Amino acid sequence: MASDHSTPPKDIREFLFKYERTYMVVFGTLLVFTVITVAIAQVDLDHLFHGANMTLGLIIATFKATLVLLFFMHLISEKQLIYLVMGFTCFFFVGLMGLTIWAMLDYPKLTSFFM
Amino acid sequence: MEIPFTSKARPDTGLYNAKVGIWLFLASEVMLFGALFSSYIMLRIGAPEGTWPLPGKMLMTAPGAINTAVLILSSVTVVLAWASLKFGNFAQYKKFQAVTIACAMVFMCIKAYEYYDKFTHYAIVKTDGSVWDGHLVEQNDEYVILDIHSEDDGDHDHGHEAHDHDHDAEDSHHDGADEKPYVNPNAYLGVKAIKDFEYNVDEHGHHAHGEVKFPRSEIAKITNYTPKHSTYLAIYFTLTGLHALHVCGGAFVIFMIWGPLAKMWETDPERYINRVEVSGLFWHFVDLVWIFLFPLLYLL
Repeated sequence: MASDHSTPPKDIREFLFKYERTYMVVFGTLLVFTVITVAIAQVDLDHLFHGANMTLGLIIATFKATLVLLFFMHLISEKQLIYLVMGFTCFFFVGLMGLTIWAMLDYPKLTSFFM
Repeated sequence: MEIPFTSKARPDTGLYNAKVGIWLFLASEVMLFGALFSSYIMLRIGAPEGTWPLPGKMLMTAPGAINTAVLILSSVTVVLAWASLKFGNFAQYKKFQAVTIACAMVFMCIKAYEYYDKFTHYAIVKTDGSVWDGHLVEQNDEYVILDIHSEDDGDHDHGHEAHDHDHDAEDSHHDGADEKPYVNPNAYLGVKAIKDFEYNVDEHGHHAHGEVKFPRSEIAKITNYTPKHSTYLAIYFTLTGLHALHVCGGAFVIFMIWGPLAKMWETDPERYINRVEVSGLFWHFVDLVWIFLFPLLYLL
């Protein structure tokens, strides 16, 4: 996604809206989804299913994080070694979260307020 | 002997050294914050009913939302600064990076205000079992004066949260609107729903406003909203405090490359651009963490 840097832009407007338009679009999208996140949090959606607000909030946060990763951090056009590093990171991160939640749910019988 | 591949990329990987290094470092940072996020999940799900603040109640949403916008703006300016250098426009890079550093300072100022707001925010449990909550005006050996916020004031609602520490106040129950709205401070251990837990209500059932004086003899427990106050605040200050340290560190590095170390632009411009890119990657990570922190702590 990196733009061709051989021909310099004439002015700041050409720089922002022609050469680096992707960054501006992503910037606008991030701001819009921040407003959406705050707006959704004001509405109780738990009548849809338990934890709806939390789920939706985290989905939006993940979407925003993906935009930052792909376009601002240039992950969309990175080299294979970086993808390998990110792959290992994802594996261990998912493992960390998954094992923690698994351990939380695996409690001895007749203990904890879950009963 | 000069270290190879500090400017030019390695032909086999297509990457210069610092790029590989920063991504490996960011991988370790993901695990650091991941560990804290999983701790947050454990504490949140494991909290007894009524001991976790209601969503959006304990913290002011506006400063958090403003901080989110500020960090997103700084993320854009840091990448535009790098793009400016790629076009050879050093003056434009300086301007964009100055905005990034300014955004970092704005973020820290807002964070400092939020922390100050919490440290001066006190909760008092009186010997009669009633709970009072407001900002400290004055305190000495004889009395404490709090500026009580009422829900009618339009101030941020501190929500209904029980204190998860033990104390010796007598038991009393709040069963209906006609009875005295005294609260059993240990109610959260039982089956009473948290919405029965009322703050700032006097013995006549009226919501208090403004400055209220509490003689020390009537105070069973007094605490301000610091990490020791509750599990929620402990994890909040840990997460946001560590994140704030990362903001400071990242801003410092960006500042150093922008200011004292800018001479490298004249001597080795390609290596300088690489430094700007690498510090920008760290900054994006800091923004990424906040993108998750804000909804998790402030909204959900």
